[in-house]
Amino acid sequence: MGLIEKLDAAQSKTDRPGLAPGDTVEVSVRVIEGDKTRQQKFRGDVINVRGSGLRKSFTVRKISEGVGVERTFPLHGPTIGEIKILKHSRVRRAKLFYLRNKTGKAARLSQVRSAGEIGTK
Amino acid sequence: MMGLIGRKVGMTQIFNEQGEVIPVTVIEAGPCTVTELRTQERDGYLAVQLGFGAQKESRFTRPVLGQFTKRNLPPARHLREFRLDSLEGMELGKSVTVSIFEAGHHVDVEGVTKGRGFAGVVKRHKFAAGHASHGPTHGKQPGSIGASAFPSRVIKGKRLPGRMGGVRLTAKNLEVVAVDPEQNMLLVRGAVPGPPRALVLVRKRGN
Repeated sequence: MGLIEKLDAAQSKTDRPGLAPGDTVEVSVRVIEGDKTRQQKFRGDVINVRGSGLRKSFTVRKISEGVGVERTFPLHGPTIGEIKILKHSRVRRAKLFYLRNKTGKAARLSQVRSAGEIGTK
Repeated sequence: MMGLIGRKVGMTQIFNEQGEVIPVTVIEAGPCTVTELRTQERDGYLAVQLGFGAQKESRFTRPVLGQFTKRNLPPARHLREFRLDSLEGMELGKSVTVSIFEAGHHVDVEGVTKGRGFAGVVKRHKFAAGHASHGPTHGKQPGSIGASAFPSRVIKGKRLPGRMGGVRLTAKNLEVVAVDPEQNMLLVRGAVPGPPRALVLVRKRGN
């Protein structure tokens, strides 16, 4: 194994779930405030998964107080605690950027009934 | 300044404690052997010559091999000199490793840039290219290269297409992110000249 592969392997987290666009997730983020750290949860839909290996990242979109908020996380980032997948939805795109132009009922995703259909991939 | 000969392995990224991504170049540096001392009396300047990389003996010509055998040193594939202010602590055969660097230090990294061949002005001199559509036919051409009857020649130094890359370049003041003496590995923030596997010289900075 080369030096780069070793470095990447050492930093890769093995407990990260396989995410797919359309998944509704809750991401626990460690936030450092002064000398205290606390967990912050960010819950929303995965609208983008990009990159591979250590560089893989994903974007979560949620509507917070009527305003669309998106956050992109590095999948293997050390400040990311747990990534909980709450539901899988049926989507027909790899990138769900069209949700940015939808509001209200149109911005909903329909859940996959048979559990594990996407999750096992 | 004291330095080390190494090989660029490639680039990757690491996370710091804040979770920020730091782009790093991985350099496999050393171990190097001091193969020659340049002294004020004999050579007129102070420097060490370092040898890096094993090479089987049959690859050397007899005279070059003799330079190693007469000093009882292992034959090294690459030899480079590093100018020093003082030869204190330096002796023939001394091994130099990445442990001369520390995380947080700053270094200069010298190497030969990737050869780009005969490159046009857009790539070579960062000229702005014309619009690809909507009519103009300027494309990536250099445009006018001077006036007409006067001076009836092209001004020297005019930036034109030509050979690009393949020249020695020093990336200065790069932060050392991590040092691993066990693997002879050096992580340096940012990019370094040359392709993967290229020979690079890592120098300590100033002080």
